[in-house]
Amino acid sequence: MIATACFVAIITVSLAVALSVYRLARGPDLADRVLALDTLAINAIALIVLLGIWYGTGMYFEAAMLFAMVGFLSTVAFCKFRLRGNVIE
Amino acid sequence: MQLAVEILVSALILIGAFFLLVGSYGLAKLPDLMRRLHAPTKSTTLGIGALLLASLAYFMLVQGTLSLHELLITLFLFLTAPVTAFMLAKAFMLRNREEAPQRPTGAGRNWATMAPADPPGGPAPGEDPLRK
Repeated sequence: MIATACFVAIITVSLAVALSVYRLARGPDLADRVLALDTLAINAIALIVLLGIWYGTGMYFEAAMLFAMVGFLSTVAFCKFRLRGNVIE
Repeated sequence: MQLAVEILVSALILIGAFFLLVGSYGLAKLPDLMRRLHAPTKSTTLGIGALLLASLAYFMLVQGTLSLHELLITLFLFLTAPVTAFMLAKAFMLRNREEAPQRPTGAGRNWATMAPADPPGGPAPGEDPLRK
Protein backbone atom coordinates (compact mmCIF):
# COMPACT_ATOMS: atom_id res chain seq x y z
CA MET A 1 0.00 0.00 0.00
CA ILE A 2 2.75 2.38 0.94
CA ALA A 3 4.71 1.35 -2.16
CA THR A 4 1.68 2.09 -4.37
CA ALA A 5 1.20 5.47 -2.70
CA CYS A 6 4.90 6.20 -3.24
CA PHE A 7 4.63 5.27 -6.91
CA VAL A 8 1.61 7.53 -7.45
CA ALA A 9 3.29 10.32 -5.49
CA ILE A 10 6.51 10.08 -7.51
CA ILE A 11 4.50 10.44 -10.73
CA THR A 12 2.59 13.42 -9.28
CA VAL A 13 5.74 15.17 -8.09
CA SER A 14 7.38 14.55 -11.47
CA LEU A 15 4.43 16.33 -13.06
CA ALA A 16 5.00 19.19 -10.62
CA VAL A 17 8.67 19.28 -11.66
CA ALA A 18 7.60 19.50 -15.30
CA LEU A 19 5.28 22.44 -14.53
CA SER A 20 8.06 24.23 -12.63
CA VAL A 21 10.48 23.68 -15.52
CA TYR A 22 7.86 25.18 -17.84
CA ARG A 23 7.80 28.33 -15.69
CA LEU A 24 11.59 28.31 -15.48
CA ALA A 25 11.90 28.28 -19.26
CA ARG A 26 8.99 30.63 -19.92
CA GLY A 27 9.08 33.11 -17.03
CA PRO A 28 9.20 36.67 -18.35
CA ASP A 29 11.06 38.15 -15.38
CA LEU A 30 14.16 37.07 -13.49
CA ALA A 31 12.11 36.83 -10.28
CA ASP A 32 9.83 34.26 -11.94
CA ARG A 33 12.81 32.11 -12.76
CA VAL A 34 14.20 32.38 -9.24
CA LEU A 35 10.80 31.40 -7.85
CA ALA A 36 10.66 28.43 -10.24
CA LEU A 37 14.15 27.36 -9.13
CA ASP A 38 13.08 27.54 -5.49
CA THR A 39 10.03 25.39 -6.24
CA LEU A 40 12.23 22.95 -8.16
CA ALA A 41 14.52 22.59 -5.14
CA ILE A 42 11.52 21.81 -2.91
CA ASN A 43 10.24 19.28 -5.46
CA ALA A 44 13.68 17.67 -5.49
CA ILE A 45 13.53 17.37 -1.69
CA ALA A 46 10.13 15.70 -2.04
CA LEU A 47 11.51 13.22 -4.59
CA ILE A 48 14.47 12.39 -2.32
CA VAL A 49 12.17 11.83 0.68
CA LEU A 50 9.88 9.62 -1.44
CA LEU A 51 12.89 7.59 -2.59
CA GLY A 52 13.90 7.16 1.05
CA ILE A 53 10.44 5.80 1.93
CA TRP A 54 10.44 3.61 -1.22
CA TYR A 55 13.74 1.93 -0.34
CA GLY A 56 13.07 2.03 3.40
CA THR A 57 16.39 3.64 4.20
CA GLY A 58 17.15 6.82 6.08
CA MET A 59 20.34 7.39 4.14
CA TYR A 60 18.89 10.06 1.86
CA PHE A 61 17.98 12.63 4.48
CA GLU A 62 21.37 14.31 4.51
CA ALA A 63 20.94 14.90 0.78
CA ALA A 64 17.46 16.35 1.37
CA MET A 65 18.82 18.62 4.10
CA LEU A 66 21.61 19.82 1.81
CA PHE A 67 19.10 20.53 -0.95
CA ALA A 68 16.99 22.57 1.48
CA MET A 69 19.95 24.65 2.61
CA VAL A 70 21.48 25.21 -0.82
CA GLY A 71 18.08 26.03 -2.34
CA PHE A 72 17.37 28.65 0.31
CA LEU A 73 20.84 30.18 0.11
CA SER A 74 20.82 30.40 -3.68
CA THR A 75 17.38 32.04 -3.68
CA VAL A 76 18.46 34.62 -1.11
CA ALA A 77 21.68 35.28 -3.03
CA PHE A 78 19.77 35.77 -6.30
CA CYS A 79 17.31 38.18 -4.62
CA LYS A 80 20.12 40.10 -2.99
CA PHE A 81 21.91 40.37 -6.30
CA ARG A 82 18.72 41.62 -7.94
CA LEU A 83 18.12 44.16 -5.17
CA ARG A 84 21.60 45.56 -4.65
CA GLY A 85 23.67 44.53 -7.66
CA ASN A 86 26.07 42.42 -5.65
CA VAL A 87 25.84 39.65 -3.07
CA ILE A 88 28.47 40.44 -0.46
CA GLU A 89 28.97 44.16 0.09
CA MET B 1 -2.92 -1.55 13.85
CA GLN B 2 -0.56 -2.26 10.98
CA LEU B 3 -3.30 -1.41 8.50
CA ALA B 4 -4.07 1.86 10.28
CA VAL B 5 -0.40 2.87 10.15
CA GLU B 6 -0.21 2.03 6.44
CA ILE B 7 -3.36 4.03 5.71
CA LEU B 8 -2.00 6.99 7.68
CA VAL B 9 1.37 6.98 5.89
CA SER B 10 -0.18 6.49 2.44
CA ALA B 11 -2.73 9.25 3.02
CA LEU B 12 0.01 11.67 4.14
CA ILE B 13 2.14 10.79 1.10
CA LEU B 14 -0.77 11.34 -1.30
CA ILE B 15 -1.82 14.61 0.39
CA GLY B 16 1.76 15.89 0.19
CA ALA B 17 2.13 14.98 -3.48
CA PHE B 18 -1.24 16.57 -4.29
CA PHE B 19 -0.33 19.88 -2.67
CA LEU B 20 3.07 19.92 -4.37
CA LEU B 21 1.29 19.48 -7.70
CA VAL B 22 -1.16 22.28 -6.82
CA GLY B 23 1.74 24.58 -5.98
CA SER B 24 3.56 23.95 -9.23
CA TYR B 25 0.34 24.18 -11.24
CA GLY B 26 -0.33 27.56 -9.69
CA LEU B 27 3.21 28.62 -10.48
CA ALA B 28 2.70 27.72 -14.13
CA LYS B 29 -0.86 29.01 -14.42
CA LEU B 30 -1.26 32.30 -12.49
CA PRO B 31 -0.89 35.52 -14.49
CA ASP B 32 1.76 37.66 -12.76
CA LEU B 33 4.53 37.32 -10.22
CA MET B 34 2.76 38.76 -7.21
CA ARG B 35 -0.06 36.25 -7.69
CA ARG B 36 2.37 33.51 -8.66
CA LEU B 37 4.14 33.90 -5.32
CA HIS B 38 1.13 32.50 -3.47
CA ALA B 39 1.20 29.02 -4.97
CA PRO B 40 4.75 27.82 -4.20
CA THR B 41 5.03 29.54 -0.84
CA LYS B 42 1.81 28.25 0.70
CA SER B 43 0.75 25.13 -1.13
CA THR B 44 4.22 23.70 -1.68
CA THR B 45 5.18 24.27 1.94
CA LEU B 46 2.07 22.42 3.09
CA GLY B 47 2.81 19.59 0.65
CA ILE B 48 6.42 19.12 1.70
CA GLY B 49 5.35 19.29 5.35
CA ALA B 50 2.86 16.46 4.83
CA LEU B 51 5.45 14.39 2.95
CA LEU B 52 8.07 14.80 5.66
CA LEU B 53 5.46 13.95 8.29
CA ALA B 54 4.68 10.78 6.31
CA SER B 55 8.37 9.90 6.26
CA LEU B 56 8.64 10.52 10.01
CA ALA B 57 5.58 8.32 10.68
CA TYR B 58 6.89 5.59 8.36
CA PHE B 59 10.31 5.35 9.98
CA MET B 60 8.90 5.60 13.49
CA LEU B 61 5.90 3.24 13.21
CA VAL B 62 6.90 0.78 10.48
CA GLN B 63 10.67 0.54 10.78
CA GLY B 64 10.81 1.33 14.48
CA THR B 65 13.68 3.80 14.22
CA LEU B 66 13.24 7.38 15.34
CA SER B 67 14.81 9.75 12.82
CA LEU B 68 14.71 13.43 13.57
CA HIS B 69 16.16 14.56 10.23
CA GLU B 70 12.67 15.06 8.83
CA LEU B 71 11.73 17.30 11.71
CA LEU B 72 14.87 19.32 11.08
CA ILE B 73 14.14 19.64 7.34
CA THR B 74 10.51 20.60 8.07
CA LEU B 75 11.57 23.24 10.57
CA PHE B 76 14.15 24.63 8.15
CA LEU B 77 11.72 24.78 5.21
CA PHE B 78 8.97 26.35 7.32
CA LEU B 79 11.41 29.00 8.51
CA THR B 80 12.87 29.76 5.09
CA ALA B 81 9.78 29.74 2.83
CA PRO B 82 8.43 33.11 4.12
CA VAL B 83 11.90 34.65 3.90
CA THR B 84 12.33 33.67 0.25
CA ALA B 85 8.84 34.90 -0.63
CA PHE B 86 9.50 38.21 1.13
CA MET B 87 12.81 38.75 -0.64
CA LEU B 88 11.37 37.85 -4.04
CA ALA B 89 8.46 40.25 -3.54
CA LYS B 90 10.85 42.97 -2.42
CA ALA B 91 13.11 42.53 -5.43
CA PHE B 92 10.10 42.54 -7.76
CA MET B 93 8.59 45.66 -6.14
CA LEU B 94 11.83 47.55 -6.44
CA ARG B 95 12.54 46.64 -10.05
CA ASN B 96 9.02 46.78 -11.51
CA ARG B 97 7.52 49.85 -9.86
CA GLU B 98 4.79 50.43 -12.40
CA GLU B 99 3.66 46.79 -12.40
CA ALA B 100 3.50 46.53 -8.62
CA PRO B 101 1.15 49.31 -7.44
CA GLN B 102 1.96 50.49 -3.96
CA ARG B 103 -0.64 51.34 -1.38
CA PRO B 104 0.07 53.97 1.28
CA THR B 105 1.74 52.39 4.27
CA GLY B 106 -0.30 54.42 6.79
CA ALA B 107 2.77 54.87 8.96
CA GLY B 108 4.12 58.26 7.96
CA ARG B 109 6.95 56.72 5.98
CA ASN B 110 7.33 55.04 2.63
CA TRP B 111 7.91 51.35 2.04
CA ALA B 112 11.36 50.45 3.31
CA THR B 113 12.23 48.99 -0.10
CA MET B 114 11.62 52.36 -1.73
CA ALA B 115 13.68 54.42 0.71
CA PRO B 116 16.81 55.91 -0.88
CA ALA B 117 20.02 54.04 -0.17
CA ASP B 118 22.17 55.18 2.71
CA PRO B 119 25.20 57.32 1.80
CA PRO B 120 28.54 55.51 2.04
CA GLY B 121 29.50 55.22 5.68
CA GLY B 122 25.97 54.68 6.90
CA PRO B 123 23.22 57.13 7.86
CA ALA B 124 24.15 60.33 9.65
CA PRO B 125 24.02 60.07 13.46
CA GLY B 126 20.64 61.00 14.91
CA GLU B 127 18.87 60.53 11.62
CA ASP B 128 16.25 57.84 11.14
CA PRO B 129 16.97 56.51 7.65
CA LEU B 130 13.35 55.41 7.18
CA ARG B 131 11.84 58.88 7.69
CA LYS B 132 12.76 60.80 4.58
